[in-house]
Amino acid sequence: MAETVSPEFALDESDERTVLRLTGDWTVQHVQDVDDALRALNVSSPLAVDVSDLGTLDTAGAFIIDRTLRAAGSDEEGEPEIIGEHASAARLIAQIHAVSSPAPESPPQDGSIRALLDRTGRTFVHIAAESISTLAFLGETLVTCARLIVQPWKLRWTSIVAVMEESGLDALPIITFLSFFVGMVIAFIGATTLKSFDLEIYTVELIGYSELREFGVVLTGIVLAGRTNSSFTAQIGTMKMRQEIDAMQTLGLKPMEVLVVPRVLAMLIMTPVLAFAATLAGIAGGVMVAWLSLDINPGVFIVRLRDSVPIDQFWVGMSKAPVFGLVCVLIACRQGLNVGGSVQSLGRATTTSVVQALFSIIAIDALFAIFYMELGI
Amino acid sequence: MTAEPIIRIRDLETRFGTHTVHEHLDLDVQRGEVLGVVGPSGTGKSVLLRAIVGLKQPSAGTVEVFGKKLDTLSDEERRGLERRWGVMFQDGALFSNLTVRENVMVPMKEHTNLGPKLSAELADMKIRLAGLEPDAGDKFPSDLSGGMRKRAALARALALDPELLFLDEPTAGLDPITAAGFDTLLRQLQQSLGLSVFLVTHDVDTLNAVCDRIAVLGEKKVLAIGTIDELRAFDHPWVQEYFGGPRGRAATGH
Repeated sequence: MAETVSPEFALDESDERTVLRLTGDWTVQHVQDVDDALRALNVSSPLAVDVSDLGTLDTAGAFIIDRTLRAAGSDEEGEPEIIGEHASAARLIAQIHAVSSPAPESPPQDGSIRALLDRTGRTFVHIAAESISTLAFLGETLVTCARLIVQPWKLRWTSIVAVMEESGLDALPIITFLSFFVGMVIAFIGATTLKSFDLEIYTVELIGYSELREFGVVLTGIVLAGRTNSSFTAQIGTMKMRQEIDAMQTLGLKPMEVLVVPRVLAMLIMTPVLAFAATLAGIAGGVMVAWLSLDINPGVFIVRLRDSVPIDQFWVGMSKAPVFGLVCVLIACRQGLNVGGSVQSLGRATTTSVVQALFSIIAIDALFAIFYMELGI
Repeated sequence: MTAEPIIRIRDLETRFGTHTVHEHLDLDVQRGEVLGVVGPSGTGKSVLLRAIVGLKQPSAGTVEVFGKKLDTLSDEERRGLERRWGVMFQDGALFSNLTVRENVMVPMKEHTNLGPKLSAELADMKIRLAGLEPDAGDKFPSDLSGGMRKRAALARALALDPELLFLDEPTAGLDPITAAGFDTLLRQLQQSLGLSVFLVTHDVDTLNAVCDRIAVLGEKKVLAIGTIDELRAFDHPWVQEYFGGPRGRAATGH
């Protein structure tokens, strides 16, 4: 690039008018140097610009010159007054003059307590609206599911099986692994604590109750919330972003039937299976620790588990699985359909989806605990 | 105007896997000219653009921009080069998490010492220059229509007053009036700033209105290059069909 010269200007005041003599290169790289000085410029008489010694000029330079002329009030109506010869200055300044106008001042930010109250109010209204529309979505999904179940030939079996594989079968390794380790951890903690009372054998009950009733299914729910929710929201959200969902509707396909119901049914089927696998893996982890560190033979463990942990505990756990699956998939699909046109909204929807799903799973698990406690199970 | 071409491509070969897009392609763009690039779909017009700006690594041959080979430049030199060109992609490629004004300010922030106030003012000016309403600056790209997005993308490409402008289908999908406005704008800017423009387009009106020369891509190389009248006389079925067809004739008034 050729060497450039910093832009400079000089004022030449006379009675009739003030002439602004420009020298140097007025380009985007350098105009910042003169910006403040030109802003501070205050001339009384009409302003003209002398461009005869001007070097290179680009639109940024032309803009600043035009702004200065405007500020001096010399050309509200007519053409900017330019004297001297320059290859492109007159044309460029006129071109920029045509498109620039004093920008309207943006309203000052309201940082007072009112803004805080305003935001708080909006957030509460937003939460209320969010809850209502989640419930509305649940209702719509249930109605569509019910209608499709009495007309099973309309169901999209291929999608259902595909989702079952992608979000069910493929999640099996991670869920069983995690659950196995959690089972081991519980067994270790139980063993260390119970050892001080010489009650190591009760580790079996500890593992049995906690795995069957809580950990197997809650772990499954949490993994699903992280793994399946994000992928469903991203899939559906991307389709929404690229107008695929609009295309579907114009082709007479209902997004509810095509996208949501197959996922709901697939997860209703797969979550209990995953939860069952997680429970077994958790118990296996417990058995291993009990065997290695407490010398409780696996045979003894199983017999004791069968005798002292009622089968009700298993059913309590399994009864939560489809609910967790349903909650996950509903939140994921709804957030996916909420995505707007921007990448940012996709990111936000995915985050919201995972956060809401995690929150709901823990909250619903607590509700279940109270419910079953009241039932006395 | 110097004799040194602003873009010099020699013996370029690009390929995707086993599929060869260009082979032994030579092309020069002179300083201060608007070169239109046309060709049937799939002849690698956009790929050629990507190869020139360094987004696609050629498998053979050389590409020189401003007399420098891109792949031999240091990062520092490369940045200096990027400051001197502006690229407008086919779909706009605006940053969707920034407003239009912020989009236009990105190159200013990156490559100049402009303060926030001045660069915001300049961005507003560019936005209006590109033909958008002033209030478009506060909008996000997702709130704009396709045509407005193109204009916003042009505003960003022009942010630093580049010497060389790459435009990928700037008028595709625009209504004829907007497209004609775009052509006029381009011509005006080109004349007052002495821009060199590398323009990929399908729009015969644009070719006729703004291009000094037109290069026709086909059969993996440049089939023909010349003014629109020279090309009309060129003996090749596609070129004949393109400029001699009803649309081509209407646009050039023959």
